[in-house]
Amino acid sequence: MLGSMPPFVLFFVGAIVVAFTKGTVRKGVVLAVPLMGLVNLFMTAGADVGAPSAIGASVGQVYLTFDLFGYELQPYRADKLSLLFGYLFHIAAFLGFIYALHLGDGTPDGSVASEVGEDDVSGDSKATVQHVSAMLYAGSALGAVFAGDFITLFVFWELLAITSVFLVWARDSDRAYATGFRYLIIHVVSGVLLLSGALMLAHQTGSIEFGHVAGELHGDEAGGLAGAGLPALLLLIAFGIKAGFPLAHNWITEAYPESTPTGTVFLSAFTTKVAVYALARSFGGLDELIWIGTAMTFFPIFFAVLENDLRRVLGYSMINQIGFMVAGIGIGTAMAVNGAVAHAFADVIFKGLLFMSMGAVMTMTGRTKGTDLGGLYKTMPLTATLCIVGASAISAFPLFSAFVTKSMIMVAAIDEHHYIVWLFMLFASAGVLEHAGIKIPFFAFFAHDSGIRTKEPPKNMLVAMTIGGVLCVLLGVFPNTFYALLPFEMDYHPYDTRHVLTQLQLLCFGALGFIMLMKTGVYPDEKRAVHIDAEILYRKLGPWVMQAVGGAVGRLDAYVRATVMRLVQTVLGGLDRTHGSMGPLARSWASGSMVLWVALSLAVYLLFYLF
Amino acid sequence: MSQNLPALLVVVPMLLAPLAALLNRSGPAWAVATAGIWFSFVTAIQLLQRVMAEGAITYAMGGWAAPIGIELRIDLASAFVVVIVSSIGAIGVLYARTSVAAEISEDRHALFYAALLLNVCGLLGISVTGDMFNVFVFLEISSLSAYSMIALGQDRRALTSAFQYLIMGSVGATFIVIGIGLLWVMTGSLAMMDLAERIPMVWESGQGDRTIAVAFTFLTVGVTLKLALFPLHLWLPNAYTYSPSAVTGYMAATSTKVSVYLLMRFFFTVFGKEFSFEQMQLDMVLMPLALVAILAMSLVAIYQTNVKRLLAFSSVAQVGYMVLGISFGSVLGIAAGIIHLFNHAVMKGALFMAMGCVMYRIGSVRIEDMKGLGKAMPWTMGAFVGGGLSMIGVPLTVGFVSKWYLVQAALAEGRWFVAAIVMVGSLMALIYVWKVVEVAYFQRREDEAEIREAPLGLLIPTYALVAASFWFGIDAGTTSSVAISAAETLLGVMP
Repeated sequence: MLGSMPPFVLFFVGAIVVAFTKGTVRKGVVLAVPLMGLVNLFMTAGADVGAPSAIGASVGQVYLTFDLFGYELQPYRADKLSLLFGYLFHIAAFLGFIYALHLGDGTPDGSVASEVGEDDVSGDSKATVQHVSAMLYAGSALGAVFAGDFITLFVFWELLAITSVFLVWARDSDRAYATGFRYLIIHVVSGVLLLSGALMLAHQTGSIEFGHVAGELHGDEAGGLAGAGLPALLLLIAFGIKAGFPLAHNWITEAYPESTPTGTVFLSAFTTKVAVYALARSFGGLDELIWIGTAMTFFPIFFAVLENDLRRVLGYSMINQIGFMVAGIGIGTAMAVNGAVAHAFADVIFKGLLFMSMGAVMTMTGRTKGTDLGGLYKTMPLTATLCIVGASAISAFPLFSAFVTKSMIMVAAIDEHHYIVWLFMLFASAGVLEHAGIKIPFFAFFAHDSGIRTKEPPKNMLVAMTIGGVLCVLLGVFPNTFYALLPFEMDYHPYDTRHVLTQLQLLCFGALGFIMLMKTGVYPDEKRAVHIDAEILYRKLGPWVMQAVGGAVGRLDAYVRATVMRLVQTVLGGLDRTHGSMGPLARSWASGSMVLWVALSLAVYLLFYLF
Repeated sequence: MSQNLPALLVVVPMLLAPLAALLNRSGPAWAVATAGIWFSFVTAIQLLQRVMAEGAITYAMGGWAAPIGIELRIDLASAFVVVIVSSIGAIGVLYARTSVAAEISEDRHALFYAALLLNVCGLLGISVTGDMFNVFVFLEISSLSAYSMIALGQDRRALTSAFQYLIMGSVGATFIVIGIGLLWVMTGSLAMMDLAERIPMVWESGQGDRTIAVAFTFLTVGVTLKLALFPLHLWLPNAYTYSPSAVTGYMAATSTKVSVYLLMRFFFTVFGKEFSFEQMQLDMVLMPLALVAILAMSLVAIYQTNVKRLLAFSSVAQVGYMVLGISFGSVLGIAAGIIHLFNHAVMKGALFMAMGCVMYRIGSVRIEDMKGLGKAMPWTMGAFVGGGLSMIGVPLTVGFVSKWYLVQAALAEGRWFVAAIVMVGSLMALIYVWKVVEVAYFQRREDEAEIREAPLGLLIPTYALVAASFWFGIDAGTTSSVAISAAETLLGVMP
């Protein structure tokens, strides 16, 4: 019976219950909902579509349909692709809620927070808002993943934006409000583009099925982007905004650091991963994505290395990780797409873990700036250890999760002869190590001692982080169990000599580079990555190349922004003059002028009709 | 009795109006008005059901058949409009009880209810009559009663607004009567169905085709003035802004809608689609004006600081959507126009009524005075958000249904550009609705004066419309099937 209940329903009902309960009952509910959902999903859809199958554009099991304007809406459709994300989001929601369990208990902020005059860093006073909106947000993500048609997808796409913005606003500062508004506008625009594309597509093909739109995926050739035309482009932009494509990525680095410690954990799990899922479903094998993805792995590194706010560093790092996924989707072979979705799975957990550890630091100290922190390992040893686990996972150390997922994408790139892409990715991997693998734990917990003496975060935070850390290791140690869940059939063994050696070399030299730069005092100002295959190139050109590239990217970015802003200002000024409250179009007119318009209209119509 | 329903629909409110005025006391006058309008509402539903089952009803007044006598002719399009007008009227009169008591001085209540009855009578009359001159007569009844209702507004500017509306309305009515007169001169007939046959004969005879064209012109200008199509909308913003809250809600949802109906009746039934669109190329005029209306008026709405005025400009933009649908000339387009007729009536009615609630409690509808109302008047602002979602066109609201059909109609014609403008219009609606929401929910009140929630007498009718805007957004099948059949009737294509 439960089989026909879409997964989001449980969360939406849960949200209502959470809104009207308090204390222990609420804690029980927020933990029970994701677990019940997971069991429900596993027993029903999991049992039905669990067997390996090649999906391509083929549709899985549809559990629920109804009719709108003669189109069939499918609020609950499951195949192996959606199922994987379904499991993931349940797990992410569960971890997130454990992490956010203490909210409303009045757990005090770190003493430092009150000293620097920032009130309520943790957003503890907004406990109900955060619990309810996180519940709705997780439900919306599940709704989007199990949507079988574009209209349903659109509804959840917008719900994702509307429910999640409250997590940003929960910070309750003016900056957070402003950021939240920008975040909301960007996402609503993305939704409108999605709907426009879907309507056009419906008009062209007569179907609103959320399926493969463009690209060549695994025997299902939907054609290139140019062939698919404007609707496909609109959909791609809509998905791209949510996935943080270059120039559309700013909402990630803007909103995530502004949210509460707990809010960011939820934010990092759902929105971008829904976009990755949508890209995998609709644009698998689209060549353009390979380059977009590669650019995404590449450019955030420069910003991440320079950035001081450690949660913003993680934001850049998220774009970089999504870049790997997008590129994998673009390559489009079974292994590449498997790699992309597997990496999305792993990323939610290790990025969640990193955000949790930074959130814990922020809750206890009120600070997230690299320059303000340091030496915390003395008082927060557990948090520091768990952070290092997350950092190892994101850096793709063997036996950690990203090693078994990211390597699939890289190997697929080689198999498809995308050597330049592969080089860029290798470089980006070294960059990940620098800015996420080493920089995050190093500046927060080691480096110079900031003199902050605090204690470990609340137990529930530690529990959530521990589960996340264990999952990171489990995925890395038992990859084959995990591979069975992936949508396509493939034959891949991550632990052969070549992979392990390549990765270890990369990591060792990357770490060596970091240490060298630290010792010579170059690091925070200079950006440098040492890479085994490209080492001669980088050593010879040295910091100069890095500086030049970073500078050029920055200048280009600034120029584009300035030009657009100027244009917008000019247009707005013009509109204000004509449409503003005193403009000719808006002011009250004298009766004589009104009648004059009537006479003029009559004259024009007469001319038009008679001649 | 039941075969006389078409006549009773109009006659009952008309006869009750003097009774309400004679009673001259607030309570009884309201009771009479409520009885009259609800009678029309129930009748309208019955008529719609009968028309859906049996096809168009013709009723010869006094037993004199057309073209000599006057006939009432109710087809699906008119039945639908009759239901819109009478249902909004029925909800509006319930709302009026509390709202009027607060905004209009006691000695004028009876006159107000008499005017309201006359207005309903006039609008229903326009919708059901099959006679051109009768249209003019009912148009004047509805307009004159509207001027007097607007003039009852608290603000002193209500008087000048009503006067301006009177000038413009009279110009429009005069143009319409000139057009009708010219047609009569050329054909010797006033009955619509009769004219539909005779006009092509006169046109093809080649004698007097200019006169027909001039008549067409006068009717175009007259009707587009009454329905406030850009740039002849100038009377509307002030009239809506300064009239009593109960009047704004009711009028915004009905009077321009009936004018849109009149546009369709004139140009599809009387002149015929082929003549209007292919000979006279009316669509070449209507579509650009509709598009400008959507963009320019939405933009103006964004800049407004008075919410009633904001909603008034938004109404002009929404009229653009209706006319846009009609200008496609296809079944789908006209159906989209008719659907939006209903949907806009529901959502704009709800929004204006929510503003009436605000007016009732804080005596102002300026945006800056609405700070913190989200907390102080949660139900009222909830209704505003509900109606606002529909204005934006969020799925599961009526606004989405309208936009869906409009976009589909535009795409069926291959007009991507037009479809894009419809979407841009939605985004602009998002901005102006959000302006209000932001102030009401995200800013805190400065003064400490406690504001209470609006009384149930206002909230219940408001929520009836909000509920309708969701109900018909989810169950879109009913309205859209009626609208599509109505469009087919208007175009004379049988399904």
